Amino acid sequence: MEFSKEQLFDFYQTMATCRAFESRVSELFAAGKIPGFVHLSLGQEAIAAGVFACVEKDDKCGLHHRSHGEMIAKGGDINKMMAELFGKATGTCKGKGGSMHLADMDMGLLGANGILGAGFAIAAGAAFACRYNETNDITLCLFGDGQSNRGPLHESFNVAALWKLPIVWICENNGFGLSNPVKGHLATDNVSDRAAAYGMPGVTVDGNDVLAVYETTQEAVKRARRGDGPSLLEFKTWRWHGHFEGDPGLYKDPKDQEEWLKKDPIPRLGNMLIKKKYATQEDLDQMKAIGEAKIDAAVKFAEESPWPDASELYTDVYDRQL
Amino acid sequence: MQMTYAEAIRDGLRVELKRDPKVYLAGEDVGPFGGCFGVTAGLFDEFGPKRIVDTPISENFIVGHAVGSSACGLRPVVEVMFDDFITVCFDEFANQAAKVRYMFGGKAKVPMVCLTINGAGVGAAAQHSQSLEALLTHIPGLITVIPSTPADAKGLLIAAIRDDNPVIFYEHKQLLGVSEDVPEGDYTVPIGKADIKREGSDVTIVAWSWMVQKSLAAAEELAKDGISVEVLDPRTLVPLDKEAILKSVGKTGRLVIVQESCKTMGFGSEIAAIVAEEGLDLLNAPIIRVAAPNTPIPFSPVLEQEYIPSVEKIVAAVKSLF
Ligand SMILES: Cc1ncc(C[n+]2csc(CCOP(=O)(O)OP(=O)(O)O)c2C)c(N)n1
Repeated sequence: MEFSKEQLFDFYQTMATCRAFESRVSELFAAGKIPGFVHLSLGQEAIAAGVFACVEKDDKCGLHHRSHGEMIAKGGDINKMMAELFGKATGTCKGKGGSMHLADMDMGLLGANGILGAGFAIAAGAAFACRYNETNDITLCLFGDGQSNRGPLHESFNVAALWKLPIVWICENNGFGLSNPVKGHLATDNVSDRAAAYGMPGVTVDGNDVLAVYETTQEAVKRARRGDGPSLLEFKTWRWHGHFEGDPGLYKDPKDQEEWLKKDPIPRLGNMLIKKKYATQEDLDQMKAIGEAKIDAAVKFAEESPWPDASELYTDVYDRQL
Repeated sequence: MQMTYAEAIRDGLRVELKRDPKVYLAGEDVGPFGGCFGVTAGLFDEFGPKRIVDTPISENFIVGHAVGSSACGLRPVVEVMFDDFITVCFDEFANQAAKVRYMFGGKAKVPMVCLTINGAGVGAAAQHSQSLEALLTHIPGLITVIPSTPADAKGLLIAAIRDDNPVIFYEHKQLLGVSEDVPEGDYTVPIGKADIKREGSDVTIVAWSWMVQKSLAAAEELAKDGISVEVLDPRTLVPLDKEAILKSVGKTGRLVIVQESCKTMGFGSEIAAIVAEEGLDLLNAPIIRVAAPNTPIPFSPVLEQEYIPSVEKIVAAVKSLF
C-alpha cells in the first residue's frame, strides 16, 4: 500500500500526541495530582494511530481500561480528557468517570470500561444499532489479551458473526494481563486463532508497525461496511510501563523489555519518513513539540478548572430526581 | 377490554412497537415461538424479524447489547427468560446499564427495558422459581417495575419503554392468566405511584406482584372477623411511593409486609426500615414481615406450598397485631 506524506505525518503526529499525553500523565500521577487507577499505553501508540485513521466520526467504538491514546486518536477533546483525569467539573464526564470511564458519545466513543469483557456486548449492541438505523456506520471494539478470556467474548463473537454485524474486534495484545504473561493465560498461540471458531477472519499483525495496523484495520472496516460481518484483529505490542502507574512490572524479563523498547513505533515511522526524504529531523521534532504543547495546554486547563460542586454527587443517576 | 396479564403485556408491546420504530424486542425464543410463557405470541408475524429478534442463549449478550444499542439511540426491550437468570448477567445490569449515565457525566443514556418473570408455585424448583427483585433495587440507576394486575402491567410497560432509564420489569408466572378490563390503545401508569388495591382502616398490608392477590384474599377473610385491611401495591419498587405507604400507615396504625422471596434482605426489609425511620409514631403495633423462609425453593409440591407465603399465614400475622 502506498501512503501519502500527509497520511504518514498524521500517523506520526497522533503517536507523538498520545506519547506526550501518557508521559505527562505518568509524571502527574507520580506527583499525586491524579487520583485512582491509571493504565497507560506507552509503547502501544501505533495501534491507536493506525486503527482510528480507518474510521469516521460517526463510527462507534468500545474501549477498555487502557484507552487514553485511542480516545485521542478518535478525536476526543484532550483538554476535557485531562480535566477528567484530574476529577474536575470540566472533564469529559464532569469528573464522575475518571480514567477508566472516559466516554464521548458525540464522538461515537461508547466508553472505557472498568469491567473487563463487558465491552464486547455493548459494542455488539452499538453495531446492531448501526445496522438497525440503516446507516453505513460500523463499530470497533478494542480489548486486551487478558480480557479475551472472559466468557462474554464468546457470546458476542458468536452473535456478531451469526448476524454479520458491522463490527471489528481488535485485540491489543501487549504481552500481559496484569502480571500474567500471554503464555500463562492463553491456550492458543494467538488470540486471533479463535476467529476460526466463529467463522470470521482472524489475523495477527505487528502492532508496533502503524502502517501494518492501518492496512489490516482498513480491510476489516471495509468488510464490515460491506455487510460481510466481523473480523478479529490482533496487534502484538508491549506495554512499557507497569499494569497501572505505581506497578514496577517486576514480572517482566528485563531482556524482553529492552528488546521491545528498541521496537518503539515512533522512531520506527520517523526513520522511514527521513529515509524516504518526506521529513527532516526538524519536522519530527516539530510534531513532537506540537503534541507536547497540546498537553501543556490540557494540563493548564485541568489545573485551572473548578472542582465539581458537591451537589453533582446526586445528579445523573437517573434522568430525573426520583 | 377483557385481557389476561400476558395479553396486556403483549398489547403494551404492540402499542409501542407500532408507535416508535426505534423499539424492538430481543431475547431467547421471543420470535415465532412466542416466548417461553407465550407472552410475545404473534408479535413476530406482525412486526417481522427486524423488530422481534430471536437471540442465541447468551444472557450477557442480550442485556449487554441493549446497553450499547440504547446508548446509540434505539429503545430495546429484551427478555431474560427467568428472574433466576438475572444472576448470569448481573454485571450488565449492575455495572453497565445502571452506571452509564452517571459515569459519563449525564452525556449518555440507556433507555432499555428488561422483561423477566418471577415466582414459585409451578414445581419449577430452586433455579426457576425465585423472586429476586430486591437484588437490583440495591443498585442506583435502575428502575424496578413489578405489576400485579393486567391493567397495571400494560400501563407500566408502556411507561417503562418510554422512560429514559434502564428498567427491569418483573412479570409473575401465577399472574399470566389473570384477566380483567384493560384500557385499549395508548395508556400509561406512572412509574413511582402506588395503588390502593383495597381500602381499609385497621391495618395496612404492603404487597406486590402475586402477593397482592394473596393479601386481597386474606383481607376478605379478615373482614369476616371485623378487621378492615388496606392493601397497598407499590407497583414499582424503585422509585418507591414512600408517601403513599406512610399515609396509609398513618391511617391504619399497623403495617404488615408480604413478600414472596425469602425474608432476609427482601424488599420488605427496606419498607420496614423506612416506616421505622420516618413513621414510628404512626404505628400502634410492631411491623410484621410475612415472607418465605430462608431456604432454596423446593421441588415437591408439598414442600413448595410450605415455602410460599399463604393466605393463612397472612391472616395469622394480621391477627397477631390485635
Ligand atoms: C472482570 C474483571 N476482572 C478483573 C479486573 C482487574 N483487572 C483490570 S485490568 C486487568 C488486566 C487486563 O489485561 P488485558 O486485558 O490484557 O489488558 P491490558 O491491561 O494488558 O491492557 C485486570 C486483571 C477487572 N477490572 N475486571
